[in-house]
Amino acid sequence: MSSQEPILYTVDLKKYFGEVRAVDGVSFKISPGEVVALIGPNGAGKTTFVNVITGYFNPDAGKIYYQGKDITKASRIKKIRMGIARSFQLVNLYDELTALDNVRIAVLSRLGKTSIFWKPVERFDDVRSEALEILASFGLEEKAEVPAKALPQGERKLLDVAVAFALRPRVLLLDEPTSGVSSKDKHTIMERIVPTVRNEKIATMIIEHDMDIVFGYSDRVVVMYDGKILAEGKPEEIRQSREVQEKLLGVTAGAS
Amino acid sequence: MPSHASKQVRNKIIGYLIFLLVLALIPLFVRAGIITEFVQNLLMYSIIFAIAGLAFNILLGYSGLLSFGHAAYFAVGAYTVALAPQFIGETSFEVLILLALAASAIVSMAFGYIAVRLTRIFFAIMTLALTQLVWALILKLYWYTGGSDGVNVKAKPLLGIPFNEFMSRPEYLNTVFYYYLLGIFAISLFIIWLVVNSPFGRALLATRDNETRAEFVGIRVRLYRWYAFIISGVFTGLAGALFAVLNGHVTPEQADWIFSGDIVFVAVLGGFRFFEGPILGSIIFIFVRQYAMGYTIFWRLILGSVLIVLILAFPSGIMGALNSIANRIRAGSRILPAAPTPTPTAITDIKHHQEGGREK
Ligand SMILES: Nc1ncnc2c1ncn2[C@@H]1O[C@H](COP(=O)(O)OP(=O)(O)OP(=O)(O)O)[C@@H](O)[C@H]1O
Ligand SMILES: [Mg+2]
Repeated sequence: MSSQEPILYTVDLKKYFGEVRAVDGVSFKISPGEVVALIGPNGAGKTTFVNVITGYFNPDAGKIYYQGKDITKASRIKKIRMGIARSFQLVNLYDELTALDNVRIAVLSRLGKTSIFWKPVERFDDVRSEALEILASFGLEEKAEVPAKALPQGERKLLDVAVAFALRPRVLLLDEPTSGVSSKDKHTIMERIVPTVRNEKIATMIIEHDMDIVFGYSDRVVVMYDGKILAEGKPEEIRQSREVQEKLLGVTAGAS
Repeated sequence: MPSHASKQVRNKIIGYLIFLLVLALIPLFVRAGIITEFVQNLLMYSIIFAIAGLAFNILLGYSGLLSFGHAAYFAVGAYTVALAPQFIGETSFEVLILLALAASAIVSMAFGYIAVRLTRIFFAIMTLALTQLVWALILKLYWYTGGSDGVNVKAKPLLGIPFNEFMSRPEYLNTVFYYYLLGIFAISLFIIWLVVNSPFGRALLATRDNETRAEFVGIRVRLYRWYAFIISGVFTGLAGALFAVLNGHVTPEQADWIFSGDIVFVAVLGGFRFFEGPILGSIIFIFVRQYAMGYTIFWRLILGSVLIVLILAFPSGIMGALNSIANRIRAGSRILPAAPTPTPTAITDIKHHQEGGREK
């Protein structure tokens, strides 16, 4: 699979916060259908990397290419419309709205329907059923009418991913979809996410601290350390790499 | 698939229709001597405040933006109706309404363009400051506006029929104008209901609850807030236009920040988390104010204290209190999932905006 043309790649991407070199020359690529785990200790720059790709921050140097085009300077909204979606390390949901609405708004936005003000949202049956389908594929169909704030943490994390998924992206960047939940729930979450994204051949990058999860669900692992890529390869190779073990596994044991 | 939601919607629409029907019967009650003309008159003020309150609540309730400057659009609407005849002569009210809508649209486009760059308290302060501009302008242009004396407004022909020429003013107001007002209220209610229940309304809720997420699903947050601001301003201007004729007199008081506060009051009192909140709030506000004014010159102090107590005791307004009582009663007979307790946006929002700045 990784022999395929990458759908997204970065060249020597940099983002500094004053003295802090959060992302310090990262060249990364991902192909359709691939599930890549991005690992690294706290503060390695993983979230910043996602923030730069999605246009939350402009990079200080380097380039981002998507489907062969330079999108380094493209606006956030453009990138979303092109098919790059993300989820959040700290869930970002519409807390007062139901799970259904959280997903439905993303569907409406993707279809360019959020400016329609003359027709009740409930009259868009196709949008509603698509949103319900998406909820179902994440095992949340029973929770459709529950306000996001009333969901348990594990389901909030899933809903956060479902919202990103509802944009029907070609590249999905998931920032710690399993953080803050029990390790049993971590597996439940991954069992929902990974088959769903594989089905749709979405190039998916998952930031993750839990090594069981990393080795169990990814095709390729990229290790980030101090803003740089320290190692990358198949899960087996990474597991056996001495350098990674020294620099990482000790650190990650206590990580969030 | 007839969903739970659509059944709820149907019940609501029936409720609104009954409410409108009761309002339509009021002149008959007056004729029968069940209620006085004075009460009907207060109801008319309530309906006008309800339009302004519903419009205001597109921002507070649905967009999480506290405007402290809605007097501006109200005054622009009112003064347009009061002043336009000086330039275009006396015409039917519809022409003046269209002019009032256009004028308030222009002003809210301009003010909104500036204000939506801000959120939270900064948004409130900016809207307040911009409104003072309108207020100052009305005072300064006294050769047109009559300065602090204001301008008298005659009764207008309605739908081209010069009722004003063959009816006394009270008769005009309590019959034809009443139904005219009711018609416009019904139309406004319908349109604002559509707006907040449309995909656009959902997008607004998204920007209210989580700006960062809204952006990352592709919603242009500022642009949508600006649209909401304009819709809100235009309907507030419409309320102002109606007010000018009902009151027969417009003064800079309608552009005053205290008047902006009254509009806020109406929404918060009724419950800004409920679509109907501002309607209930308006009725209560107008009647309580009337009676409080009769007792004491410190009525504003009283209203202010009421508001503070209310916010502390029932943060979701009277509608919120009624809602939870209703739920409790229903829970007695059947086991129902508790309705989500609404929390005031202005407060939850602050948290979100702060998180939005840097997600870590
Ligand atoms: N907006 C910001 N302003 C200043 N410094 C920042 C900002 N965002 C991140 N940083 C810094 O950049 C570095 C990388 O942070 P980042 O959040 O990308 O790490 P991470 O790999 O996602 O860590 P974690 O595993 O804890 O989520 C850290 O030193 C962090 O303090
Ligand atoms: Mg992070």
